[in-house]
Amino acid sequence: MTTSTQTHTIDINALMQKQAEPKQDDEAKQEVCIKIQNFNLFYGEKQALHGINMDIPKKKVTAYIGPSGCGKSTLLRSINRMNDLIDSVKIDGKILLDGNDIYDKSVNVADLRRRVGMVFQKPNPFPKSIYENVAYGLRIQGINDRRVLDEVVEKSLRGAALWDEVKDRLNENALGMSGGQQQRLVIARAIAIEPEVMLLDEPASALDPISTLKIEELIHELKEKYTIVIVTHNMQQAARVSDYTAFMYMGDLIEFGATNRIFTNPEKQQTEDYITGRYG
Amino acid sequence: MDTKRFGQHISHQFDNELEDIRNKVLTMGGVVEEQIVLAVKAFTRADIELAETVIQQDDVVNNLEMDIDHECTEILAKRQPAAFDLRLLLATIKIITDLERIGDEACRIAKMSIQLANSEYYHEGFHEIQHLVDMVKQMLHQSLDAFARMDLSQVADIKNQDVKADREYVSIVRQLITRMMEDPRHISRALDILWIARALERIGDHSCNISEQVIYMVKGKDVRHTTQEEFEQALAEKR
Repeated sequence: MTTSTQTHTIDINALMQKQAEPKQDDEAKQEVCIKIQNFNLFYGEKQALHGINMDIPKKKVTAYIGPSGCGKSTLLRSINRMNDLIDSVKIDGKILLDGNDIYDKSVNVADLRRRVGMVFQKPNPFPKSIYENVAYGLRIQGINDRRVLDEVVEKSLRGAALWDEVKDRLNENALGMSGGQQQRLVIARAIAIEPEVMLLDEPASALDPISTLKIEELIHELKEKYTIVIVTHNMQQAARVSDYTAFMYMGDLIEFGATNRIFTNPEKQQTEDYITGRYG
Repeated sequence: MDTKRFGQHISHQFDNELEDIRNKVLTMGGVVEEQIVLAVKAFTRADIELAETVIQQDDVVNNLEMDIDHECTEILAKRQPAAFDLRLLLATIKIITDLERIGDEACRIAKMSIQLANSEYYHEGFHEIQHLVDMVKQMLHQSLDAFARMDLSQVADIKNQDVKADREYVSIVRQLITRMMEDPRHISRALDILWIARALERIGDHSCNISEQVIYMVKGKDVRHTTQEEFEQALAEKR
């Protein structure tokens, strides 16, 4: 190691000028991607979500935290109508994606799910090659041009920070990959069709700490292009990866705000009790 | 605000760890308060034995500082605290630095007392500093009380008190200068008093810092380097 003899001169004027600029307010008005308006959801007789109102900002990471059964996964699934698959579910209220109600009769659900991708707790790759897993979304859209597919597969795998690990074995079965790699493959598959929103339902809870950090790093990179909504049981993970945090309890949205504020100085006592590990 | 916020974690072990830190900070505060009282007494009475007690107590304060620092580091590493717990630890780390420095100032007064007691010239009550002593003692006491009870009403006036203490210090300096000009034989004694007054004024500043940290801990508001108006506004806000 060489030591530099050059002295660093500090530009005190520039520093003063920088400090005089108004600080960026974390909670300043953001461009809204998803607007949830007075949203109620029932499983049969039981009400699982009570009048949820929130604006999910565009190209930011929003995390839902809360104890088991608080409705955070239910709310996440509502954003791409996963709950349609359950017969007893009734909803009222609205969820607007870029201003259009996703529960409107005219909405094509397949189209909605193309715009709003989802990744689950357990990686669920298809029993096909790595290449075909990523190309799948394009193939069902009727795109079979090898050059287009090659390009999208590489771009998506790079986007999911997986390319360097798998570029020499694209034709191997995806089920032979490690859990962390499978999860990133599933994310690559989701971003191959260029969605606007990515819903992540506990994407790292089945992974080891190193794979978890890789997924978190990936989330940080993905938010440049996509709006990300994540459900996590791991509060430190929510604190690390998200820009905004929503705390839910028994089907109610208790508090929603900038992650930096929620984790240092929450407004509501219930939020404070939960994130500091106290009795509710 | 009540002190219940220390308890009620699902992990009782965590409760105990925080409670332990809180108790140690209060113990440290108690020792430091006693140091000030004894140091001033040693000074006014030229009592070497008392002064030596103050100097011995400084070891206790220093050990407590390191001990508390160490425990805070362990909790930060092990438990990733958030919200109030996090602010409590951050504030504690800063509060104990101020307490340790107050202890140093008390030691300085004690050392000066020994020097004075061994010198030849006549001692008298050094009553000039008494008012300042009372002021800063109260400031420290209120700050520690606010920490113990998490009751900010105790410290709402702390900034004004600090301004008054500073003013008292300036007025002591002015008196001493006048005295020195009147009669150069007073210079030696006046300089001694000046050093003591300076130490006391610093104790006031450190007490004010402690109050600011207590406010951060309870309210989550950073009131360092604010005007009196901003300070009052922060105190008046709901949380």
